[in-house]
Amino acid sequence: MKEIAINKIVETVRELCINAACDLPQDVEELIKNNQAQEESEFGKYIFAQIIDNVQLARRETQAMCQDTGITVVYVEMGQDVHITGGSLVDAINEGVRQGYKDGYLRKSVVNDPVFLRKNTGDNTPAVIHMEIVPGDKLKIMIVPKGAGSENMGALKMLKPSDGIEGVKEFILKTVREAGGNPCPPVVVGVGIGGTMEKATILAKKALTRKAGEYNPDSNYRALEEELLEKINRLGIGPQGLGGRVTALAVHIEAFPTHIATLPVAVNLNCHASRHSEAIL
Amino acid sequence: MAGIKKITTPLTADEIKDLQAGDRVAITGVIYTGRDAAHKNLVNALKEGKALPIELKNQIIYYVGPAPAKPGQAIGSCGPTTSGRMDAYAPTLIELGLKGMIGKGPRNGKVIEAMKKYGAVYLAAIGGAAAVIARSVKKAEVVAYPELGPEAVYRLEVEDFPCIVAIDCEGNNLYERGVEEYSI
Repeated sequence: MKEIAINKIVETVRELCINAACDLPQDVEELIKNNQAQEESEFGKYIFAQIIDNVQLARRETQAMCQDTGITVVYVEMGQDVHITGGSLVDAINEGVRQGYKDGYLRKSVVNDPVFLRKNTGDNTPAVIHMEIVPGDKLKIMIVPKGAGSENMGALKMLKPSDGIEGVKEFILKTVREAGGNPCPPVVVGVGIGGTMEKATILAKKALTRKAGEYNPDSNYRALEEELLEKINRLGIGPQGLGGRVTALAVHIEAFPTHIATLPVAVNLNCHASRHSEAIL
Repeated sequence: MAGIKKITTPLTADEIKDLQAGDRVAITGVIYTGRDAAHKNLVNALKEGKALPIELKNQIIYYVGPAPAKPGQAIGSCGPTTSGRMDAYAPTLIELGLKGMIGKGPRNGKVIEAMKKYGAVYLAAIGGAAAVIARSVKKAEVVAYPELGPEAVYRLEVEDFPCIVAIDCEGNNLYERGVEEYSI
C-alpha cells in the first residue's frame, strides 16, 4: 500500500492546470507545423503562422494560449494499492484547480447552475472528474481544460446496427461540416464508437488526448481514421472556417464492445490547441 | 490578401463601405467587449426601456471574455469567442447604431440582413491566437456589469488590433466564399 498525501495532489493539480493552459504539448505543436505546409489558402497560411507564434509566446511567457482556459476535465487513474491520506481526493483536485486558475491568471469559466442561476463560481470549480481504479500503486492525473467553442459543436447519435460503417462516416462528417468555423479549426476530431450513450462520449473525449500522430492500433479503425481525415479536409472549411485545405489535424477513434441492438457514435471536437498535461505520482 | 487597411474608431458610414470581405484590417481606438451574459443584459435593459451603460453608436463590440492580466499587463489572453451565440441579440444592437462586431465563426441570416440594412461589418479575429492578440490591447477597464467577472463589459484601448473582414455591409461572406473555393 502506497500512501499519497492530499497536499501532494493539490500541488500537482495546480501545476498541471497552469501547464496545460500555457504550454502546448510538443507533439501537438509538431502536428500543427506539419500541417502548415499543406495549407494553400492565403488566410490559412496567415492563421497557421499566428497560431504557431501564439503557442510559442504563451509558452515563453507562461501565459494562457487561449483566453478560454476551459472547464477543467480531470482523468484520474488510481492504482488499487494507493491510499490517499489527509482528506478527500475530490476536494484535493478541486483545491488544485482553484489554486492553479488563480495563480496562473487563468479565466474562471464555470457557472454554478446550467439553467436557472448561471452565476460564475469565481474559481473554475467544480472540475469534471473521471475516476478509474487500475492495478498497481501509482496515481495518474491528467488535466484537460476544455473550451466551450469546440465543446458546443460535439454531437452524439445512437445509430442502428444496420446503419453500419456508412452511417458512422456520414454522422462524423455531418458533425464536422455543421461545426464549420465555430470550433476554431483546424480541429482534432475525437470519436467514440460503441458501449452505451455515456461510454461513447467518454471515449470521444479521451480520444482527444491521444499522442498526436498516433493511430488506432486496430487496422480497420486506423483505415477509418485516415479516410475520414481525408474526407474532412475535402470539405474546404479550412483554418478558422475562412476556407482552406486543412480543416482537421487528426481524427482519433476509440471503440468499445456494444449491445447487439445499438451503434452509438459520439464526436467531441477540439480546436487546434489540443491541451492536456499529466503527472504520475 | 492585399495590404492592411488601418481603421480608427468610432467608425463612419464611409469607412464601413470601404471595408470588403477578405480585407485585412488593423483597428486603433476604443472598442467594447461583450459576450453572452452582457448581451442578454443589454437587450433586457432595452426591453425595459432603460438606458444602456455604454453608447453603441458607431462603435465596435468585441466578443471576448479575457483572461486576468498578469502583473504589468494591460489584459490577459483575449482571443475571440464564437459569435453565433450572440446572433439572437446582434440585430437589436446594430439597429441602435453598432457598426462593427469582432468574433469568430459564421453569422446567421438575420444578423447579415441587419448589417446590410443599417451598414455594419463583421470582423474575424483569430481564435486561439489570444496571447498574440493581447499585445495590441494597451488599456482595459470594466465599464459595466462587473458582477459578470470575465463576461463584464470592458472598454479596451487598442492599437493595430488585427482582424479580417469576414462579412461586409453588402453581405459578402468570406465563410461561404472561402469554403466554396476549397471544397472538393
